[in-house]
Amino acid sequence: MAARVNRIGLEPLTYKGGKTTLCAGCGHNAISERIIDAFFEMGVDPRQVIKLSGIGCSSKSPAYFLGGSHGFNAVHGRMPSVGTGAMLANKKLIAIGVSGDGDTGAIGIGQFVHLMRRNLPIIYIIEDNGCYGLTKGQFSPTADLGSKLKTGVVNDLPPIDTCALAIELGATFVARSFSGDKKQLLSLLKAALAHRGTVMLDVISPCVTFNDHEGSTKSYAYVKDHDDPLEEVNFVPFFEDITVDYEPGTTQEVTMHDGSKLYLKKLEEGYDPTDKITALKRLHETARRGEFATGIIYIEPDRDDFLELLNLVDEPLATLPLDRVRPGREALEEIMDSLR
Amino acid sequence: MSPTDLAVQEQQTSASRQRVVNDFSIQVATVNGSGSQTANLVLLRSILLMGVPVSGKNMFPSNIAGLPTWYTIRASKRHYVARKKEVDFLVAMNGETAKEDVLTLDAGAAVVYDEPLKLNALRNDLVFYPVPFDKLVTPVCPDAKLRRLVRNMIYDGILAKLLGIDPALMDKALQKQFGKKAKAVTLNANALKAGWDYADANFTKQDPFFIEPMNETAGKILIEGNAAAAIGCMMAGVTVVAWYPITPSSSLCESLIGYMKKYRVDKATGKATFAIVQAEDEIASLGMVVGASWAGARAMTATAGPGISLMSEFAGLAYYAETPAVIFDVQRVGPSTGLPTRTAQGDLLMTAFLSHGDTKHIMIFPSSVEECYEMAQQAFELAEQFQTPVFVMMDLDLGMNNWMSDGFKYPEKPIDRGKLLTEETLKRLGEWGRYKDVDGDGIPYRTIPGDGMPAYFARGSGHNAKGQYSERPDDYVDNMDRLARKFETARQYVPMPEIDGATGAKIGFVGYGTSHWAIGESRDQLREETDLETSYYRLRGYPFTSDLVEFIDAHERVYVIEQNRDAQLLQLMKLDLSTERQVKLRSVLHYNGLPIDARSISDDVLAQEGFEVAKRTTRISAGIAGGE
Repeated sequence: MAARVNRIGLEPLTYKGGKTTLCAGCGHNAISERIIDAFFEMGVDPRQVIKLSGIGCSSKSPAYFLGGSHGFNAVHGRMPSVGTGAMLANKKLIAIGVSGDGDTGAIGIGQFVHLMRRNLPIIYIIEDNGCYGLTKGQFSPTADLGSKLKTGVVNDLPPIDTCALAIELGATFVARSFSGDKKQLLSLLKAALAHRGTVMLDVISPCVTFNDHEGSTKSYAYVKDHDDPLEEVNFVPFFEDITVDYEPGTTQEVTMHDGSKLYLKKLEEGYDPTDKITALKRLHETARRGEFATGIIYIEPDRDDFLELLNLVDEPLATLPLDRVRPGREALEEIMDSLR
Repeated sequence: MSPTDLAVQEQQTSASRQRVVNDFSIQVATVNGSGSQTANLVLLRSILLMGVPVSGKNMFPSNIAGLPTWYTIRASKRHYVARKKEVDFLVAMNGETAKEDVLTLDAGAAVVYDEPLKLNALRNDLVFYPVPFDKLVTPVCPDAKLRRLVRNMIYDGILAKLLGIDPALMDKALQKQFGKKAKAVTLNANALKAGWDYADANFTKQDPFFIEPMNETAGKILIEGNAAAAIGCMMAGVTVVAWYPITPSSSLCESLIGYMKKYRVDKATGKATFAIVQAEDEIASLGMVVGASWAGARAMTATAGPGISLMSEFAGLAYYAETPAVIFDVQRVGPSTGLPTRTAQGDLLMTAFLSHGDTKHIMIFPSSVEECYEMAQQAFELAEQFQTPVFVMMDLDLGMNNWMSDGFKYPEKPIDRGKLLTEETLKRLGEWGRYKDVDGDGIPYRTIPGDGMPAYFARGSGHNAKGQYSERPDDYVDNMDRLARKFETARQYVPMPEIDGATGAKIGFVGYGTSHWAIGESRDQLREETDLETSYYRLRGYPFTSDLVEFIDAHERVYVIEQNRDAQLLQLMKLDLSTERQVKLRSVLHYNGLPIDARSISDDVLAQEGFEVAKRTTRISAGIAGGE
């Protein structure tokens, strides 16, 4: 039997990466698997993809998916600038960045803030476990107030809500998910690939070694119990001819940049993810209850991304021929004359 | 004219008999933000239009408006463009500094001053020309709000008359300065005339300083090093620029934005063939450059010392992951915030080894605006050829001051993107490894995302020749040794030094960057005053080339001349030299924030050579203190 291929004729194997060196059961591995599924199912050419990361457990993971893609494991907390530069160089690339809660919320908060502001086309994933795994489990800035370390230390600082921050700062696709929720995460990742602009996806991804115990608010058990989905996310890519039937008023339909459709079946009254204020209010309400609002929290499918604002030529800047990047003799002469 | 002035005239008669033509310096002391820069540039350009070699240096405060600022203009028939230590002609417009400005002058200097300051009472060995600026400006500038700006143009008119500058050429310079702004031209031309007329009616020439026409500046341009570097970047085909504003480098990127908008927008589509991003800080600036270079763009940033400090982390990543990057360091005075608006060559050692671990970087050192233009292009070639950061070490004096130059030459060579893997190379090599040294020069082949060639995972963590993560001792050593080999290869490709060997000279000078101009003048002084012949090695690139050793061997003593406290180049040289050669090195250091001058070098060398050197008590004002 011939292997399953996607719409550009590639097999799932093409989307795999190296063997993971993370702990068995690490939430990050599940996320890598979903990334592989999403890129395969969406028929993205791995040769056009760049994988970016900072430093930490999360940032190792780009080596474990899309082996045929270029990758750049940068310095701690600085992946946004590297990704920005790369996208400036070649706007045809599809950028996926993987960061962690420390890499984003602590050392990298500055670059994170400005990445969100710019609405650069990139899928920015935070593999969020509330602790520093590689250095043996210290709290990170997303650790919840009152959450307990294995050593019994209790976190006494409020968490940074990266989703609220991203919405506030201007990201145009903000979602939260749970590494254990295969279906939702896959739908979100596929929708992310259809979006043009910054996708900020915070995935709660428990650390089985340092933060999966009783008293931790980022353990598998705790997250399962406190996951509060905002909607049922159904994503239909532009190349699939599927009609979704739904009762009027029950589902919100969002048309994505590439023509794909998002059907968000409301699980509660009055939630509109295209409204910033509703989104922020909802995030704060769930947080107050000690829960996680998951799903698409905020989406703005039409805003110009950073590259559009820069009014770049259609071709990648990186490979423009000499005659387009070096002005002619008359230009230099004109400049020289102006200085005489 | 006041009686005091007449008395001064008596004392000065002997001095004024000996005319000093096209060989003196003018210092204009004003208040920052008073529009004096325009008047100073008009004066500078009018001397240039007289055919007289000229240079201008701005000594300004770190302040937007209200603090004292000094601008010096030097006319030199011998083409000396370094700062002249002595001020010959002072224009004192700023009451706050006027007293000190006058007291620090050498005897015989001339002073044009704002009459109410009553400076003539301070000394009797100077020539004073009092000018009632406020009275003169009122009739030529009915708009009271503009008077503060326009009154400066009056001193240009006064100076034109006193020095003998053709008023028609000064008008031409004025038009150049204001371009198509007809109203501004008329207003300022009237101010010029008011100054000229006042001097004509009220002053008898008593000082010896004259500008006389020469034919030494035909076709010359006047440009700041930052703008020159920007033009070079554009001609090099830069496509991605990321920067963070910092004095004294901001005008490099700002000029670049101006030029790129004019010359690098596709006519047909109106779309840009470049991206220039003002980043959130210098860390992100270099991060963007590294990301862009990794993805195949020609990318650059420009900064100053504090930015270099912040960039250290990414410089190490670029060195180790081997991505090109072009970084302009327009050096200012450190440490820390230091003197942000003053010049130095104090970032050498830090930059040479920027970042932790065993790291070393290519540096190139332009001395002139022409070299800013040319070395900007070389920097991109080197960065791509060696897949590593290249630092262009400028300084505030070069970057922000106006320099006279021949017009820049159009680049004849196409761009060389270095070792990018192609289908043919891949076929020839059979197998590709990102960090494999297949040519023996330490330089591997690279691929870029989207080019269809094999992908790799760039990283700042340990890696083997294939680019895979590795903690193996042999992989680590192999890779580090290859990087060292690559650096060795660079010795043959960095800009070669300019060596001026004097026959029989026992003394050699080594210098770089803007020190060059003072060094040349100092060599003349030493030859003419004391028959001391010197050879000169002008360093233009790091790593050092082998002729440095030959130069040292050919001389008994070698003076390394630089603008920092710690003899940074000398320290760097020591790392490459045997102890026998190290002991030949002497140091001449200048680090008060002002551009180095020839007199300081000559006196220092003479003292070290055992000559009697007259104690010069000249204090330099040109700076503020206190006030916070």
